[in-house]
Amino acid sequence: MSFLRTAAVLCLTGVLAAGCTLFAGEGEDQDKAQPTVTLVTHESWAVPKEVLDAFTNQTGIRITVRKEGDAGELTNRLVLTKDNPIGDVAYGVDSTFASRALDADVFEPYTSPEGDRGPQRYSVDPQNRLSAVDVGDVCVNIDTGWFAERGIAEPESLDDLADPRYRNLLVVENPATSSPGLAFLLRTVAEYGEQGWQDYWSRLKDNGVQVVSGWTEAYTQEFSGSSGQGPKPIVVSYASSPAAEIGDDGKPRTKALLDTCYRQVEYAGVLAGTRQPDRAGKVVDFLLSQQFQATVAENMYVYPAREGVALPSGWAQAAPLPEDPAALPGERVQANRERWIKQWRGLVEG
Amino acid sequence: MATTTRARRPAHLAGVTALAVLPIGFLAVFFAWPVVAILRLGFSDGGVGTALFEVQTWQLAAFTVGQAAASTVVALLAGMPVAFLLARARVRGVGVVRTFVLVPFVLPTVVVGLAFKALWPGGGVVTIVLANAFFNVAVVARTVGGLWAHLDRRGEDAARALGASPWRAFRSVTLPALAPALASAGAVVFLFCATSFGIVLLLGGSRYRTLETEIYLRTVNLLDLSGAAALSLVQLAAVLAALGLGGLARRRRETAARLRSRAETARRPERGEWWVVGAAFAVVAALLVPIAALLLRSLSTRDGWSLDGYRALAGRGEDATLGVTGWDAALNSLRTASDATLLAMIVGVLAAVALVALRRAPGRGARGAGEVLDAALMLPIGVSAVTVGFGYLVTLGDLPWDLRTSPLLVPLAQALVIIPLIVRMVLPVLRSVDERLRQAAATLGAGPVRVWREIDLPLAARSLAAAAAFGYVVALGEFGATSFLARPDAPTLPVAIGALVGRPGELNNQMAYAACALLMVVTALVAAVIDRLRAPQAQVGEF
Repeated sequence: MSFLRTAAVLCLTGVLAAGCTLFAGEGEDQDKAQPTVTLVTHESWAVPKEVLDAFTNQTGIRITVRKEGDAGELTNRLVLTKDNPIGDVAYGVDSTFASRALDADVFEPYTSPEGDRGPQRYSVDPQNRLSAVDVGDVCVNIDTGWFAERGIAEPESLDDLADPRYRNLLVVENPATSSPGLAFLLRTVAEYGEQGWQDYWSRLKDNGVQVVSGWTEAYTQEFSGSSGQGPKPIVVSYASSPAAEIGDDGKPRTKALLDTCYRQVEYAGVLAGTRQPDRAGKVVDFLLSQQFQATVAENMYVYPAREGVALPSGWAQAAPLPEDPAALPGERVQANRERWIKQWRGLVEG
Repeated sequence: MATTTRARRPAHLAGVTALAVLPIGFLAVFFAWPVVAILRLGFSDGGVGTALFEVQTWQLAAFTVGQAAASTVVALLAGMPVAFLLARARVRGVGVVRTFVLVPFVLPTVVVGLAFKALWPGGGVVTIVLANAFFNVAVVARTVGGLWAHLDRRGEDAARALGASPWRAFRSVTLPALAPALASAGAVVFLFCATSFGIVLLLGGSRYRTLETEIYLRTVNLLDLSGAAALSLVQLAAVLAALGLGGLARRRRETAARLRSRAETARRPERGEWWVVGAAFAVVAALLVPIAALLLRSLSTRDGWSLDGYRALAGRGEDATLGVTGWDAALNSLRTASDATLLAMIVGVLAAVALVALRRAPGRGARGAGEVLDAALMLPIGVSAVTVGFGYLVTLGDLPWDLRTSPLLVPLAQALVIIPLIVRMVLPVLRSVDERLRQAAATLGAGPVRVWREIDLPLAARSLAAAAAFGYVVALGEFGATSFLARPDAPTLPVAIGALVGRPGELNNQMAYAACALLMVVTALVAAVIDRLRAPQAQVGEF
């Protein structure tokens, strides 16, 4: 009796498993005729399906997407696989990691016809191996309601964050484990110089800065302006974050402090060693096209590199592009990143 | 008789070798090759030696082992009363508890980390230990409970009749008999805790780091492969030591007493035993706290209670955060877990059969080979998912078919994680099959395959099914390797949850927690099926 039941359950499991398997499910051969380009990108990649389909209709090229961690992880994976690349084109290597990818010859030169409509402003390589796709600045965000309720003036600058008035209100990400955390550290280096940034962090530490491992924790858990409604009204996030925190009255609940930003530009390029460089180039053109650029703000919370692309309504008020962000040259970041992080650890964690 | 045995020996060994080829090949291609390749890259950079002798490396190692040991102790202490409840107490609600304890085991670390963070905002070592233990109480309760339920009760009763206190009887009769299961559970929990990644990262803040988080950091962020290689070697050494200790204690099972069915050994608790039952329910209540916190978050919004998160499962999240809908992600999870389980069962059962055969084979060489294979099968739990994942990148592209871009890579990697668990569950049952039955069948003319089919398979059938179901549950919850390898058009539920909490927007957050609830429900259903299968059986599986 019980053996029968076991047999029945096993059969049922078998039937379920047969319908529930990847072995038969992938209909890859149906599109064999259609050329496919593999786009390697970071985990924040998001684009409406219609836009991708339109590209396929126009060019006959299908794009397969592979997401490979954040910008840093993506870069490192590309470097590791440069002799046998995991795709044909990559998007998402940012200005902080660009020099590592360029030094390792991960990309091959490609000058896109779309490249002079704005992306050239962020050029990092005379050989044109990388084309700028978007700009995503990291800025300090504040919960405006929190300050209004308590009648405390909103902080505005980096110096304000070390002011005792704003004691125990700031949460930042660890630069060793988080890319916005690293960008904020770089901003402080850009602002106070090689001599002064450590002193600034000592002041932040004395003023009760809280350090957490990643953006998720800082923003959704500790920050008072997000859905997590945490205890801290000041957080390191992105210039675009307030666009996601618009209340029912149409007004943003949070605000980015535009004098605290660090510019991060994200690039795309044709991977060296691809067997279809022409089609890969077409994908780069697509990433720089009006069509694609118009989607990046809404879908990935970044700003288009192309000029004349309208931002979603509400962004002008909630999340304007910072006009005067700081940035350090890629080579300088590449040469010092590890040392700065080590010094920061000694200073803040010690 | 002697001549036939000698004549059959080469054939027997050839058979065992044939059985072992697939598991060894699988481990070689999908584990050893990638890990060795990435370590070699590290060595070619130079500097492994220097990193090995840095004070920091050894501080990390000490903290890693320390927190894992503490977590293991807490998990054992919390798991023991629950094991008693599952094994010996005839009270209402035992079935529910047995199903429920598996739920924490599959929750994605990122949401559990956030829940613990919300409950103990201070964080620190204590929270890390508690969270690690939270995940692993199931392993202890089920492994130890599994043996305990089938332990002959008469030894204990005799001790009591001779005047021993219940505590004394437990200490001198029951506990030694449970030692192998305790050691086995301890080793597995230790491995899980020593390589726990998300918990340490989230709850350790920037202050506490382990070998695992540092390997991740060096590999993924800094591309410092030589530093990572040095740390991986230290991690490997620690893991091998733990496995060695576990193996030593497990060997004592050979002398285990005759086993009984739970129906015979479970009784209504009396006097002092109620305290233990109370402690067990207290542990269950403690496990419920973070889970309740997750459920509350799935229902609460800025403007009060709402089911929006659950409704959102039909969509792709705010601004299409996910490549697919929440339901599709759930289906994907089921599919991937089916493939992984199928694969792991084939490899795991073959490995277990080979291990049993090696142990039965005469000669020290065969036994030694068995011990090595046994330890090698456990290693994938103890090696960093990042090391394996980056190893895949540099090796699997050289296979005739580039597996790096295949959707099958995820089930392959999940299988690697669950094979050790399946082997640990199936092995003791196969070993406990009475050798005399097999000899009788052989004397009657049955060949080795027929003996296995007619004797071993029917006896072990339920345990095999339970192992498959348990593997299935673990594959459902697997996050480390899966998040590393899953393709964006086919995320599993835990990967989708990770992506959702990583984006701004209230709906994304709520949907993430609703997806957690869905994952818990699926898990509980599968666990309930496992337990239906196990209920009437009189055999021991660990878990």
